[in-house]
Amino acid sequence: MEQAELRQWENKCIQEESPKCAAACPLHVDARECCSLLAVGRVDKAWAVLAKTMPLPGILARTCDAPCKAACLRGEKGGPIEMGALERFLADAAQAPKLPRPLPRNGKSVAVIGGSMTGLCAAWEIARKGFAVTVYCDEPEIGFELPEGVLDSEIAAMSRMGVDLERGASLTPDLVQAQLEERDAVFVDSDGVPEAVLYFGEPDEVTLGTNSLGLFASRTGETSPVFQAAAGRRGANSIMRFSQGVSMVKSRELEGPYDTRLYTNVSKVEPVAPVPVDGGYDEASAVKEASRCLKCDCMECVKGCVYLKHYKHYPKVYVRQVYNNEAIVRGTRQANKMINSCMLCGLCDTVCPEDFAMGDVCLEARRNMIDKGTMPPSAHEFALRDMAFADGDKCALARHAPGTNESEYVFFPGCQLTATDPGGAERAYADLRERLGKVGLILRCCGAPAAWSGRDALFKESLAELKTSWEELGSPRIIAACPSCIKILREAMPEAEIVSHWSILSALGLPETALKTGGTLAVNDPCAAREDGALRADVRGLLDALGVAMVEPEYTGELTQCCGYGGLLNDVNPELGQTAAKARADAVDEDYVTYCAMCREMIARTGKAAMHLYDLIYPGRNRAGTRPTPGHSERRENRVHLREKLLRELWSEADGVAAEDFENIRVACTEAGAAAMEERRILTSDVQKVLLQAEKSGKHLVHGETGRFLASFRPAVVTYWVEYEQTDEGYLVHNTWCHRMKIQGGQP
Amino acid sequence: MSMIKVPGTGADGWRCGPCDADMVMKAVDLTYLNSRFTVELPVCPECGYVFIPESLATGKMHQVEQLLEDK
Repeated sequence: MEQAELRQWENKCIQEESPKCAAACPLHVDARECCSLLAVGRVDKAWAVLAKTMPLPGILARTCDAPCKAACLRGEKGGPIEMGALERFLADAAQAPKLPRPLPRNGKSVAVIGGSMTGLCAAWEIARKGFAVTVYCDEPEIGFELPEGVLDSEIAAMSRMGVDLERGASLTPDLVQAQLEERDAVFVDSDGVPEAVLYFGEPDEVTLGTNSLGLFASRTGETSPVFQAAAGRRGANSIMRFSQGVSMVKSRELEGPYDTRLYTNVSKVEPVAPVPVDGGYDEASAVKEASRCLKCDCMECVKGCVYLKHYKHYPKVYVRQVYNNEAIVRGTRQANKMINSCMLCGLCDTVCPEDFAMGDVCLEARRNMIDKGTMPPSAHEFALRDMAFADGDKCALARHAPGTNESEYVFFPGCQLTATDPGGAERAYADLRERLGKVGLILRCCGAPAAWSGRDALFKESLAELKTSWEELGSPRIIAACPSCIKILREAMPEAEIVSHWSILSALGLPETALKTGGTLAVNDPCAAREDGALRADVRGLLDALGVAMVEPEYTGELTQCCGYGGLLNDVNPELGQTAAKARADAVDEDYVTYCAMCREMIARTGKAAMHLYDLIYPGRNRAGTRPTPGHSERRENRVHLREKLLRELWSEADGVAAEDFENIRVACTEAGAAAMEERRILTSDVQKVLLQAEKSGKHLVHGETGRFLASFRPAVVTYWVEYEQTDEGYLVHNTWCHRMKIQGGQP
Repeated sequence: MSMIKVPGTGADGWRCGPCDADMVMKAVDLTYLNSRFTVELPVCPECGYVFIPESLATGKMHQVEQLLEDK
């Protein structure tokens, strides 16, 4: 990722933009932070937030006319936060914080002419910047009634910051001229001086500069205390720029009120009326009022995504982590797992007001890791092995319909449906042949694991094989059942017409086998159907025809959530994958119906009743929703057996694939053994290879107490260990584990 | 490089079957992704067969593998 790209992405994420209150306040007081602290009773800390930003806080907090209220998003949900009253409470109740420490003296001096709010605030701000300041006035005059002693104490504070006050000064144009000659700059508080002093005309709106070099002045007629203070600050900023000889106008857009891009969704906020101010707040009522603050932020994407939530931040932070991760030459890449855990489901860019696509960032980062050779080898290996197996001799197949030598259509059930519900895929193919005639069959993977893991070259290779098979069948229309296959093939094979099985069924009507038992089901849209409204509508039409009463989870349709399989999350980070599946399962009380094989598996594995639409349209022996979820090895066997069965029964062919030696090893597992295999992603074939190796080499360990055997083998890049006993039928596996580290010295 | 001893790593009751010998703790070289470690592991004194216990494979060894993959 180039730095310019990083900036573009960072700029898209608006989570760090100012809340409406701070943007509307000309001094940018952080009312959100102030309310957060006050809401938990931290009165002194809340006051410190105000005092950090406000000049003369004891005065300004008591006089502030709270322009933030007009911008407050609480306004439409009961009424804006009574920020003015909260400021007054804090000014009275809190312990005064330490004075802000001015910058070191810069050896320059400034005169402020006029002692009203604007002039005093200008003096405060100028002194903070390291200038020596003298205020010339008749008497300091705020124009508001303040509690006794407040004005004196604030003036004493100014004095400690290095501001001299010349009371009883004669405010004349001559004084201004004299000060201009003597000092580095002069600021005139236009509402705090006689009109005669204003000989220099209307000051510039942005710089407050006048036609006299070094002379700055506020514009007359400002009545709002906080805007008067802001004019003082603007003058101070100009004097700083003037004294440094830098641009007087550049990058000053954020001085004074501005529009913020922060988006806050208040649709679910319950209205709460403000706590009545009456004579002012006591601590209890101030805390209660501060608690009404919505603490405005965006987090729209994070709210709906377990992945974005898991890493505790938001996309602006994540994209920087991705950038830094790529920049590491030597050292640990901390963000690899984060990058590989995104489900690439597209929910974040759908809900984001600025279309921030975490999936695009993560997929590009994965491609980059593949290119640079920094992708952790173990991250996607199991899924890619599964893809290779689905595309291999034992599973892949391409045929015209039996008895024909041409295809108008070809059915592409996808490798996950054939792995999890081979019977359903077989019955669907029979129905399509019966009702559409010349429907060929292609069994293989669409390439999703390669695409999702950032392996473009592998994806192209797999796609080329698929295209060859399809062209050999005469390039027929492809009927795909899996929403991920549909999405991937439509993007990668624009020359092919890809129709969804669900739209075919919508046109043909339900087959006779369909279970019209009705009932209420929650519809789970797969994330691959997010942008395919027609597909989602077809599915709902079919469910309606089945007599199913449908309910929708909160996140549905184009806002649907991923089940935890997308982007290979469940391979990279199984715990987080399961969290995603659980969140999806817990979103509704009703049983789920979905039309993606992996959504069905992920949700059903949480213990929630979930069925694939095939379970209703092409039912097998199991009651819908109770079909078991096959383990890793069984999924492979399902694909193999489906191919063998179809070849034998439809095309009268043998499978034509010679069995490998290890396949003759007969293996059974104890419950613990099977659980270890499933959790550690160790396949029956891996175990068989270990046992074959033990038979051939005679190498094994034996346990002194249990009498069990232990053997190991490294077929490729992983060493597997199998703890077993020999039985009359073959082997009984008690436990198994694996590691990637290689033992040096020739141990096979 | 000095030898790494992983506490709790032992033969766990396993003996070499064909050699009928108790395992002894010996230095073994392990490699992964261009890194080499010398670790004290249970080894058959006769035939040199090395035993990697389950707790080591799923614990410390797995952690180091993951760490090396992120290097």
